[in-house]
Amino acid sequence: MIATAFTPTASLLGGALIGLAAVLLMWATGRIAGVSGIAARLFPPYEDREFAGRLAFVAGLVAAPVLVRLVTGGLPVQTIEAGTAVLIVGGLLTGFGSVWGSGCTSGHGVCGLSRLSVRSLVATITFMAAGMATVFVMRHWS
Amino acid sequence: MAILIQFAIGLIFGVGLIVSGMSDPAKVLNFLDVGGIPAGTWDASLAFVMAGAVAVTFIGFNRVLRRGRPFFADRFYLPTRNDIDLRIVAGPAIFGIGWGLVGFCPGPALTAIGFGSVSAVIFVAAMFAGMVLARFVAHLPSLTRFVTPADPLET
Repeated sequence: MIATAFTPTASLLGGALIGLAAVLLMWATGRIAGVSGIAARLFPPYEDREFAGRLAFVAGLVAAPVLVRLVTGGLPVQTIEAGTAVLIVGGLLTGFGSVWGSGCTSGHGVCGLSRLSVRSLVATITFMAAGMATVFVMRHWS
Repeated sequence: MAILIQFAIGLIFGVGLIVSGMSDPAKVLNFLDVGGIPAGTWDASLAFVMAGAVAVTFIGFNRVLRRGRPFFADRFYLPTRNDIDLRIVAGPAIFGIGWGLVGFCPGPALTAIGFGSVSAVIFVAAMFAGMVLARFVAHLPSLTRFVTPADPLET
């Protein structure tokens, strides 16, 4: 594992920006800023005509590091320790589970908790606990 | 215009992920690593990301939802269910395992692609496959007989 610095101020500020984006999306489109739902709806079955808007939102997510690099001249460190097999298994589980559970960290954790949704509270507690249990097994059970 | 606004909102979201540190899987895994508390390697930063995001969203949603309708749409599309079924536990449990294995949830994984990370591309390709598979399985006739709505994205 790689040690990381505790960054309460930057994390609070970045979190506030995520919240601002969620509020702006609700103001503009009337929809929850849940990344798993937005990403999953880029694929069939299509239920509405919002494809272009969703693609634009995802493009914005992908373009964000480009903007940060342009403005600040660099990017913060990003360390991905997982190998290819773990990336594939982790990606499959993340995609399947977030859709099966109707949302991920943004849809349930940010928007759902802000709306005081009981389902989102159950979902958030569950994925936090599952994530913690997984890391515990990976790091401390060998 | 609406498309451009949604691109800009995605940008703000992504910048938030980068500024907060959530775009770094090492930081996420160190937050999830409660076993690291005794050794002092636990990174509590993610709790501050959640606190900042929920505080702004809680206040902002209250203000926005008091308006008659969104700026570019005819109405607000809000989830209305509040029942606890098997899916709302099983789905997040599966997602949580994937999150704990790599340190990516869907938003940061997409933003990581813009870092030029090949690992992120592999993860996102698998994630998309998992998403399509989940909706396909949910729409199978043998399942839709017992579960409504069929699509877990309809809440």
